[in-house]
Amino acid sequence: MATIYIDNVPYEVKDGENLLQACLSVGKNLTYFCWHPALHSVGACRQCAVIRYRDENDTRGRIVMACMEPVADQARISIDAPEAKKFRAQNIESLMINHPHDCPVCDEGGECHLQDMTVMSGHNYRRYRFKKRTHLNQYLGPFLHHEMNRCIQCYRCVRFYNDYAEGKDFGVFAAHDDVYFGRYEPGVLENEFSGNLVEVCPTGVFTDKTLRKRYTRKWDLTNAPSICHQCGLGCNIIASERYGSLRRILNRYNGDVNGYFICDRGRFGYEYVNSQRRIQHALKQEPAGQWQGLKKDTAIREIRNRIRAAKRVIGIGSPRASLESNFLLRELAGAEHFYAGVSEKESRLIKEVLHILRHSGVRTPSLKETETYDAIFVIGEDVTNTAPRLALSLRQAAKNQPKEKAKALKIADWNDAAIREVIQGQKGPLFIAAPYATRLDDAALATHQAHPDEIARLAFAVAHHVDAAAADAELPEKAKAFARQVADALVAAKKPLIVAGTSLYSPSLIHAAANVAMALKKAGKEAGLTYTVPEVNSMGLMMMTDQYLEQAFEQVYSGQADMVIVVENDLYRRLPADQVDEFFRKAGTVVVLDSIAHRTGEHAHFVLPAGTFAESSGTVVNNEGRAQRFFQVYQPRNDIQSTWKWLQAFVEKEQLAAANLDDVIQQLTMAYPELEGVREAAPGAQFRVGTQKIPREPHRYSGRTAMLAHINVSEPKPPEDPDSPLSFTMEGYVGTPPAPLTPFFWSPGWNSVQAVNRYQQEVGGMLRGGNPGRRLIEANGSSLQYFTDIPAAFHPDNFHWNIVPAYHIFGSDELSALSEPLQERIPALYLALSPADAQALQLQPGQQAELNVSGQTLRLPVVIRPDLPGGYVLVPKGWEATAGWLFPVQSSLKPMQV
Amino acid sequence: MEKPLTAHIPKDGSWLRLKDYERVGGYQGLRQALKMTPKEVIDMVKDAGLRGRGGAGFATGLKWSLVPTPDQIPGPHYLIANGDEMEPGTFKDRLLLEGNPHQLIEGMIIGAYAIQAEFSYVFLRWGYQFAEKALEEAIHEAYEAGYLGKNILGSGFSHELSVHISAGRYICGEETALINALEGKRANPRAKPPFPVVSGFFGRPTVVNNIETLSNVPHILSKGVSWYKSLSKCEDGGTKLYGVSGKVKRPGLWELPLGTSFREILEEHAGGMRDGYQFKGALPGGGSTDFITAEHLDVAMDYNSVAKVGSRMGTGTIIVLDDKTCVVGMVLNLEHFFAQESCGWCTPCREGLPWTEKLLLALENGEGKMEDLKIFDDLTRYMGPGNTFCALAPGAMEPLQSALKHFRADFERHIHEHRCPWK
Repeated sequence: MATIYIDNVPYEVKDGENLLQACLSVGKNLTYFCWHPALHSVGACRQCAVIRYRDENDTRGRIVMACMEPVADQARISIDAPEAKKFRAQNIESLMINHPHDCPVCDEGGECHLQDMTVMSGHNYRRYRFKKRTHLNQYLGPFLHHEMNRCIQCYRCVRFYNDYAEGKDFGVFAAHDDVYFGRYEPGVLENEFSGNLVEVCPTGVFTDKTLRKRYTRKWDLTNAPSICHQCGLGCNIIASERYGSLRRILNRYNGDVNGYFICDRGRFGYEYVNSQRRIQHALKQEPAGQWQGLKKDTAIREIRNRIRAAKRVIGIGSPRASLESNFLLRELAGAEHFYAGVSEKESRLIKEVLHILRHSGVRTPSLKETETYDAIFVIGEDVTNTAPRLALSLRQAAKNQPKEKAKALKIADWNDAAIREVIQGQKGPLFIAAPYATRLDDAALATHQAHPDEIARLAFAVAHHVDAAAADAELPEKAKAFARQVADALVAAKKPLIVAGTSLYSPSLIHAAANVAMALKKAGKEAGLTYTVPEVNSMGLMMMTDQYLEQAFEQVYSGQADMVIVVENDLYRRLPADQVDEFFRKAGTVVVLDSIAHRTGEHAHFVLPAGTFAESSGTVVNNEGRAQRFFQVYQPRNDIQSTWKWLQAFVEKEQLAAANLDDVIQQLTMAYPELEGVREAAPGAQFRVGTQKIPREPHRYSGRTAMLAHINVSEPKPPEDPDSPLSFTMEGYVGTPPAPLTPFFWSPGWNSVQAVNRYQQEVGGMLRGGNPGRRLIEANGSSLQYFTDIPAAFHPDNFHWNIVPAYHIFGSDELSALSEPLQERIPALYLALSPADAQALQLQPGQQAELNVSGQTLRLPVVIRPDLPGGYVLVPKGWEATAGWLFPVQSSLKPMQV
Repeated sequence: MEKPLTAHIPKDGSWLRLKDYERVGGYQGLRQALKMTPKEVIDMVKDAGLRGRGGAGFATGLKWSLVPTPDQIPGPHYLIANGDEMEPGTFKDRLLLEGNPHQLIEGMIIGAYAIQAEFSYVFLRWGYQFAEKALEEAIHEAYEAGYLGKNILGSGFSHELSVHISAGRYICGEETALINALEGKRANPRAKPPFPVVSGFFGRPTVVNNIETLSNVPHILSKGVSWYKSLSKCEDGGTKLYGVSGKVKRPGLWELPLGTSFREILEEHAGGMRDGYQFKGALPGGGSTDFITAEHLDVAMDYNSVAKVGSRMGTGTIIVLDDKTCVVGMVLNLEHFFAQESCGWCTPCREGLPWTEKLLLALENGEGKMEDLKIFDDLTRYMGPGNTFCALAPGAMEPLQSALKHFRADFERHIHEHRCPWK
């Protein structure tokens, strides 16, 4: 710690930071643009000017940029000195000479950092009387709107997009006051994290196109702290609504998880919530093919009667449903008749991941912690497409070793440009072995492509290199060299991280990853082990049951069960269609609770409209084992409600039937002691600040009395929320609520997302009161032996081609793929194979190839990928035609017969 | 009067070939240097009092001594000769490049030896095409003669040298922007610290020296410190190339003792003002220095003396303002250049210079207002030293702020008469 004097008042601040960070951390209002807590300092905008004095006798001092000055003990600065204030106001005046006066019609108005800083600087009168410089805007794809005239050239966009996310199709062009930020020509911005430009840009150059379509001011939105449901990482988000539709997703800072950034699937994949395919009311199908709407009460009564009459009810849960919804289903069906709604293959994989997390003794870092590792080996995962936000963290971690060089030159961590100049794009030890070249490969020191079995063998061999006690596998020459290189780099590192996952459906691959991590730990390394999982609550679900979908089917086939309740699950995405068809033929009464109409729903006798994440509250557990609470954003006007609330109507237990969320969690933790931490994921419904609830709406929320005036001039009573301390109104506590209950970031003078500075204990650090979420699993002790299930070497079979799943950030996830803006980015289904295989099969690019998978024929256009070693082919996972395949599948393969 | 830098430049417009350069003592400095340790070479240049001729006047030996040795930071180390001469009114390096390239090459090899650099570059202004040709041929000659390449003159020291042609921006003359440009990046300056001597070209220790500076080095080595110091009329050593442009009888460039008076340069060497023109003021060191006026005519043209009268020695190339030329028009012309040459990185320069230019244009067109003078005052202070990322904008403000100080009445006449009185 160091003592610095700001306007003659002493403050204790952290060493190693710069003065801007220090000023913001102690709560000072100091204007800035180009500095960003994750992108650090470059000194371009000159907006954080302060006076720095030599000592207490120096009365003149000199202007310095706070962001470029290191904290030094006894340093004396002034924010309020007239010269400093004048300089900052003048700087804003300069920035504003070309800025349009379009705040009232600008998308950013009301949450614009430039507005905030302008007001803060005191500049208010325009003296520039000449023409403004203008630019043409570009089409940037379905996610972002571009309005270059608003640009104030802070360079944050290129620094995020090119330097941080390492995108290639964006840049800065021209010079002097004609500087232009965009693509070399109009077109879709390719990078998977492009949406962060919405928040990184301090003004309205890059705005959210999806919000723009149904535009609402920030202050008119109803918001809730939520968790992204579009992959297994559980990034924290703010979800916002007006007039009954979800309008946008913003990043919700969590110093342990996503920090300042989320991926484009998470940000723009929400529109399924507003989809035409939403189920709005209870439906009944009897006789088959004839659907009728049911009143809520009627539906409940009829289903309740069926349950009472049933011989045995089984419940099929879901990895995309909350712990609470799965738990209510379990309580309804009974623990022994509650099944995870995933295949045996998938359930075993995740069970294995859980087993390793609990017993390997190797730490599984949080997403943010991932960025502190200095060597990484990715085993089998196409991280950018299976757990996108993790890829962004791995990119940062890969720079840690090169950054040591800058440290040796005593360059501070925040001096971003200087660090980049020293490291010159040098790559750190990131190694990727995957079945195909992945998006992250450009950051990797070396990569290796092979069949999943060969990757598992390779990983076993790496573990053996690190510790000869671990089982070894014979490798081809090329793989052998790669394995040695990886092992040497991991051993040379201080904190090596192993990343693997479930995406290739290979248990031996999961085991091999554990072997590498355990061997490194044994070698005295501070090793980490991260597994990615397929869905938002894959981990939570498998912490609740060992039973899987095939066993549920068996219950029906054996005639023991005659009623099935399926919760938030399209079983056609879990098992091959013929098996699911067979199951429904025999299932008796079928009740489906879901938000979206799908093939499983078509077999139901009753369909109940379940809430998406936006209309529900609940808890999910991410890949790290972190329980995180998401809160209902708004009260829908139809019968949609949380699945667990629907299920309450059918449970016998009295404590549950009338329970609120806290009570449900209480029961849940009694049934599952391991889930005890769930209670601490967020304060309960009784929590108040003083006597006040936390409002979901900003205090400037407008139009409440007018919104429904065309229906009834009497303003309706706002809906109650018995499940959380959040109110559906604008009244309540104005201030910083506990982090898990923060529905939006706002602070006096700070209307943009950068108000988050005021919610952190120190800028860029932990949120006040601690980051949200509770880790349920900690690596204690080490009771695991090395795994030995080395798969046999892979041998291509030209009659039974191995099909390996390929993943796409846009397309592989079920719900986000239904969102309109994403659909533009989803590639058409294809079959990819190596040039040599294509030649042998006489297949040309674009030609249709015929596959036969579990008795079904599928014709797919051929893509030739030189990165594939051959012997197996790729087909995207998650498309309707491939969703139920149990990878790795086998198929015949031939050119389509004309 | 000795003129070591220019005495041997052929008068016919050709350049001094290796044979002729050797005949007049060429590469003796290098031979001398290779007998010394790098530290001794640095100390000698330090003792000689050689200050950078690019404008800032930083002591050359001191700069070299700041480079970490290969023991401290292993190689490669780099030396770059800054030949991006784009300062308005400045044409001194051109003469040296076009007339005596071996003198520069020899200076570079000595400098490289002093800082133990394996590679060096001449970063050359795009427009200097004749210089490029001369340099390329001279480098070839030097390689052939064993002054460049492996094991130079059997000393064990090896060095490679090549020429890089700039794409042509004024900002490339700023040493860190130059380094970025040489790396193939946008020519934006870098923040200092870290200084290039620690983290420069490709993040390696790098020295950037001006062409004229390096051209001095061989003579210091071959003829010694006391000889070098005796060339000068001030505490800093050596001669200086002084130039004069404007309405004088003989505009030109002369090598004179450092510290020669402004009056001598103007009246004796440039022949005084053309008939019918009165001296009104001058920018003593290129376009980005403050005006001096008639009362300063006796100032000695050295770093410290010019600073004492409120301006800078800069490049030592004088632009003379006469009574028949509009000072507003002259400053407008300069600010147009600086506004256009701003890299666009920091706010004051990117936004402030075009605003300055537009105000001056309005003034020149008779559309100025009295409140514009207040804005000028604000802008010159706003773009002052320390407030901007690099020295471009503060330099650009020097002619404006001094014109406002010395010739404010001329500005006011533009406003009151709603026209340029000189048109």
